[in-house]
Amino acid sequence: MSEIVSGFLQAINLIVSLNPEVMQIAALSLFVSLAATIIAAVISIPLGGLIHFHEFRGKRILIILIQTLYSVPTVVVGLVLYLFLSRDGPIGIFGLLFTPEGMILGQTLLIIPIMTGLVIAALGGVDRNISDTLISLGATGFQTIVQIVREARLAILSAVVLGFGRAISEVGVAMMIGGNIRGATRVLTTAIALQTGIGDFPLSIALGIILLGIALIVVIILNLITSGLSFESQVALGGPRT
Amino acid sequence: MIRIADLSRRAGGKTILESIDLEIHRGEIFTIIGPSGSGKTTLLRLIDLLDMPTTGTIIFDGTDTAASNTVRLSIRRRMAMVFQKPAVLNTTVAGNVAFGLKFRGREKSEIDARVHEALDIVGLLHLADRKAITLSGGEMQRVAIARALVTRPEVLLLDEPTANLDPVNTELIENLIKHIHQRFHTTIVLSTHDMVQGQRLADRIGVIMDGRIVQVGSLHDIFYRPQGKDIARFVGIDTILKGVVESNEEGHARVSVGNAVFEVLTPCRPGTQVSLFIRPEEVTIAPKDGELPKTSVRNQLTGTITKMVPFGPFVRTTIDFGSSLTALVTRRSADELSLAVGMTVIAGVKATAIHVIPDSG
Repeated sequence: MSEIVSGFLQAINLIVSLNPEVMQIAALSLFVSLAATIIAAVISIPLGGLIHFHEFRGKRILIILIQTLYSVPTVVVGLVLYLFLSRDGPIGIFGLLFTPEGMILGQTLLIIPIMTGLVIAALGGVDRNISDTLISLGATGFQTIVQIVREARLAILSAVVLGFGRAISEVGVAMMIGGNIRGATRVLTTAIALQTGIGDFPLSIALGIILLGIALIVVIILNLITSGLSFESQVALGGPRT
Repeated sequence: MIRIADLSRRAGGKTILESIDLEIHRGEIFTIIGPSGSGKTTLLRLIDLLDMPTTGTIIFDGTDTAASNTVRLSIRRRMAMVFQKPAVLNTTVAGNVAFGLKFRGREKSEIDARVHEALDIVGLLHLADRKAITLSGGEMQRVAIARALVTRPEVLLLDEPTANLDPVNTELIENLIKHIHQRFHTTIVLSTHDMVQGQRLADRIGVIMDGRIVQVGSLHDIFYRPQGKDIARFVGIDTILKGVVESNEEGHARVSVGNAVFEVLTPCRPGTQVSLFIRPEEVTIAPKDGELPKTSVRNQLTGTITKMVPFGPFVRTTIDFGSSLTALVTRRSADELSLAVGMTVIAGVKATAIHVIPDSG
């Protein structure tokens, strides 16, 4: 018990004193996962829209496949990508193995299915009457899609938040593609795994607290963006300006 | 204005509409009445070009709506539709009303002015800045009407606009529809399963049953001269009697129904099997010892009251005279005459109040 308490106190000290190693690990984690989230969102939102707004043979099967990939183990993604990125692999020439860029690629691939699936669900959650109403009001196909995406904006942002959550909390891809190289590819999760293994609990606890703190801050920021978006759209549509 | 020819719609292996031929005239209120599930909504959706027909054509103001997607969009922008369940978007009331104009790329100043006018017409100006999703059902329906109205459509399609509303809101929406029609001379196509609403609002009525338009005509045609038993039942004619024409002198015929004989006006020849349709409000009731003015009421039948069912301010009273006849009497009359089940009464029906059609079997 005393070990936990003392570890916790030392962790607070590491954070408050802005320990360079802790800060570097946290910054890299944030950079890799945010980059992966942004890239995945840029791909997943239009892809989800494309799947939702078009009827085609095998659509249902494709959606089931995407949903299945929600729970793909991170180590499986890590393994497959490792084989592709390794020197003899199909894209080995790019030298992405054991680099932050390789980790971004891995996390992007990891979260695209969950983000796409949730975007499809978000768009599907918009009442069909809304789409009929928009078409009836004279909207073009594009105007209808834009408006429906707007209606689903909260659920789409939730999809992005969940994608970020999965990216920043995963260990498999970061460990296998990044290699947990100190000062180069070590991120919060891989560092916690390593430090716990060697018995350095204060650092592990400090990194764990930072991980939770980042999650909290990101959720708060996204909530602020959400309320800002809805205010913006109100003004754009002739609503309150106060 | 709108000409529909041989229109049908099949979906999921089911025929929803079949062989619809219909013409809607510019500036009229055309009401489509029919029971739930008869295809009213499907027909309105096809007219609004939301769905594609399986067969047939819709000509809008001389243009075939199937020409191209561009043509469909430009024609759709000359119409507006209000749905049974109004869907409001997650923005303000004013924002919701502005959509149609935004889609048409109108200037902001014009949008503001027109939204103001439309909200004023539906009486919701004071709620302009309110989130639309917080409104009541009646208010949402008024927002939907304002949203449709703001684009000044030539044709306004209303799909059961009062189906989910209380009587106060129903009256409000009906008055609004009449006001819009008078002020803008908009062609209005309205669907309803409420035949009384059809009566209140329509210039002409089309009756739809099982996906087919079975009769189109004036209020009088539909409610007093229905062309079939199903239509008659739907428009509130409880009494449908089968009989045979006994004699006919220049249109004044005698029809035997069981042991009773009715005097009716019909060109049907003697020996023809016919159906007699009698509206309940056309039947008068007097106690057996009372008197009916014999000069105007040609048919007087002695019978026994078998059932009395309250029906708003009326009592739906069934009289057995060998066959059954239903009368609608006011509660006050029922009380004054001390009508009761088992009482023997004389039911009177004018010859002119009986609609006769040859029986198709």
